[in-house]
Amino acid sequence: MKRNRIHYTFVLAALAGALFASGCSDSSTAKKSSSSGKGSPAERSYVAPGEKDDYYLFYSGGHSGQVFVAGIPSMRHIFTIPVFAPSPGVGYGFDDESKQMLGDYTWGDVHHPGLSKTDGLYDGRWLFVNDNANNRVARISLRDFKTKQILGPIPNSSGNHGSSFVTENSEYLLVATRFSVPLPMGRFAPVEEYADEFNGMVSGLKIDAASGDISVGWQILTPPFNWDLGSTGKGPSSGWAFWTSYNTEMAHSKLEVNASQLDRDYAAFVNWKAAAKAVAEGKATMMDGVPMLNPAEVPGVMYFVPVGKSPHGIDVDPSGRWIVASGKLQPTTTVFDFEKVLAAIAAKDFQDEFRGVPVINYDAIVEGEVPVGLGPLHTQYDGKGNGYTSLYIESAVAKWKLPPWTEAEKADLESVIQDKIQVHFNIGHLVIGGSDTRKPYGDWLVAMNKLSKGRNISTGPAQPETSQLIDITGKSMEMIYESYTDPEPHFAQILKADAINPIEVYPKEESEHSHAIWSLGESEIIREPGKVTVKMAAVRSQFGPEKIRATVGDTLVLHITNVEQTSDMIHGFAINGHNLNVIIDPGETKTVTLKLEKTGVFPFYCTNFCSALHQEMQGYLEVAPKGTPTASL
Amino acid sequence: MTKPNQPDPAQLPWWRREARFLDRALNPLSRVLLLLVAGLFVAIAFLPLWRITLIAPQYEEGLRVSIYSYKLVGGNDGQDLVEINNLNHYIGMRTLEQGDFVEMKWMPFALGLFALIALRSAAHGRMSQVVDLFALFTYFGMFSIGLFYFRLYTYGHNLDPTAPMTIEPFTPMLIGKNQIANFVQYSFPLIGGVLMGFIPVLLFGAFWFSRKAGESKGGG
Repeated sequence: MKRNRIHYTFVLAALAGALFASGCSDSSTAKKSSSSGKGSPAERSYVAPGEKDDYYLFYSGGHSGQVFVAGIPSMRHIFTIPVFAPSPGVGYGFDDESKQMLGDYTWGDVHHPGLSKTDGLYDGRWLFVNDNANNRVARISLRDFKTKQILGPIPNSSGNHGSSFVTENSEYLLVATRFSVPLPMGRFAPVEEYADEFNGMVSGLKIDAASGDISVGWQILTPPFNWDLGSTGKGPSSGWAFWTSYNTEMAHSKLEVNASQLDRDYAAFVNWKAAAKAVAEGKATMMDGVPMLNPAEVPGVMYFVPVGKSPHGIDVDPSGRWIVASGKLQPTTTVFDFEKVLAAIAAKDFQDEFRGVPVINYDAIVEGEVPVGLGPLHTQYDGKGNGYTSLYIESAVAKWKLPPWTEAEKADLESVIQDKIQVHFNIGHLVIGGSDTRKPYGDWLVAMNKLSKGRNISTGPAQPETSQLIDITGKSMEMIYESYTDPEPHFAQILKADAINPIEVYPKEESEHSHAIWSLGESEIIREPGKVTVKMAAVRSQFGPEKIRATVGDTLVLHITNVEQTSDMIHGFAINGHNLNVIIDPGETKTVTLKLEKTGVFPFYCTNFCSALHQEMQGYLEVAPKGTPTASL
Repeated sequence: MTKPNQPDPAQLPWWRREARFLDRALNPLSRVLLLLVAGLFVAIAFLPLWRITLIAPQYEEGLRVSIYSYKLVGGNDGQDLVEINNLNHYIGMRTLEQGDFVEMKWMPFALGLFALIALRSAAHGRMSQVVDLFALFTYFGMFSIGLFYFRLYTYGHNLDPTAPMTIEPFTPMLIGKNQIANFVQYSFPLIGGVLMGFIPVLLFGAFWFSRKAGESKGGG
């Protein structure tokens, strides 16, 4: 006992000493604990079961034709929104409406998603995506996470890579072509005549402010450069849009070499407000039904700016003043001062002219060439005065300080590089939430890497893509987490989770489908010669009607309403052997039309698990041979 | 202390004394309490009386039905009632429909009647009326609770034998908490039901404060 007491006293004395000591350096320990208060990387990305992420991450799905939705900080894949490719999981591409939207295409190449904006900030209404392969764009509603519209193929537009860039108040969705072809499309000219006979195009697609519907507004004819990536202006650059190009050489073969000969390629600075005005004033000529401006004939609409060799991204900073273009074959990223651009245009300070388009004097508008590292591709902003540039060749992200710079910094631009972090491997795009708005979120950066090279447990030769979550709240960047996706995210958008409030059922009272029914009792089979129309209800755990009888050769039209109004009470409808799977969300009505070509009896069943008696939710389609007396039908 | 035109109760035979007591006029406090009771009856006719809540693992947020004197209201804009009926069809329970509750037609009428009687008592101010109101209300209350129990019993016992799931007939809890299959059922009074409980207290108060002849100041 006594011994214990002595120990106890000793411990107390030590504690008192420690307290006293810590009292002297109070502030320093407090600081230390607050910086470690962020927790370990695991703690920072951990979202416990039942808890929710802070942000949505909308990845483009690349040539999967889809959009992936993940949560940040967990990086968990939450959902996939099918856009350009059928998706039986959610019944996309099987009902009449989505089939019609997809047309004859079975895939698309989604590159750059763009959120709708109001006053230069995300308004949480729509997400626009492009299809590089088949020259289309699509609109997804964030009210229900469904593709609402596919527009295209856009006339006179080949290779829709340079989109989807949304203007400050979602007036336009701006598009530029990656490929050039003889125009109007369908015209033949030998590839050898590329420089003279081929053209690219910038398109302004009008977005309806109320419905979000997109329509082709106008186009601007361009030389056959390969337009790459772009962004839209704000603040001093309000009303402008920017695209980089490669192949100013106008080569048509071995582009790898032949399009990499010049030290500078042209970026296009497009005054889209002036273009819209010029079209309204009747300065356009029609090509394939679209008003088209020739920039040589309509001054003030388009300017060229020389930028570092074979650039990829050209990104407007949150203030709208600094335009940052990354030349992927140069170790620098170039910063332009848009105020100087306006001054140069006013003073006609042009160094050259290309096919009637003024080339702005580079030296008059450049603020600096920041030596970020090898293979700079794309820049994002944290809203705290820093840019983050992805470095493909270096497999890294560089953090650097935006202008205004001090004279000393200007003299040695190495000094504005703040930090660099390795990513795995070969980063393409990167995204910071709200980077293309006036107010970036500035806490997380997601690096979208092109190669995973076996960092995952092996899946054989076909490999997933990696995305890495980086904490950018500190002075140096910190790698937090990595996740994998199907091929292949290009760009992404991040949106605060509480910026939207999606519906979980389609409210019955909002239903506009003329054949919707709301109880099993209302179900109906209408027979006309050669056609059977069914108004069907789906409810736990029954279809009504359960039996449909028709004659071979009949057209069967099914209007299926999921009468449920309960969240996640989703029903499916598949007919055996008919390559058909419709998924109907609560309160939704879908229409399917099919020609009955086989006699026999075909069970139909609910494909989306709904209830304890889901398995029992089935019925029969009886297809009688021709000549069966109608009385027995 | 008694008014000169009233005979001294002490001089009456014992079997007349009670009658005298019942004829006693109510003092202003008791009358105010009766006015309050009248007001409560009106309020109760509009306020939710009772709530049944069902909670299950996949219904963490709960399914709610609120019972009013004249209507049945499902939570979540009515959707909860639809959902409960949807689930009940698996055990063959009859759908809960407002139209089946005939009491929702006469109960508001009865509450109005009670309000009128309470007003009359406040104005007329006789002890006998307090006692009448108390007796009538006790009967009404017991009958309502009995009817509620009977409803619960009937719904839980008249299960369709051809239903997908066969479960033992049961009586959902009238007040309290109960486990039914995967659901925990809670049944508790809401504001209207609680106020209903205040009525006998107020009536007793009206009786109590005018119980002594000496305190009777009312005219009559």
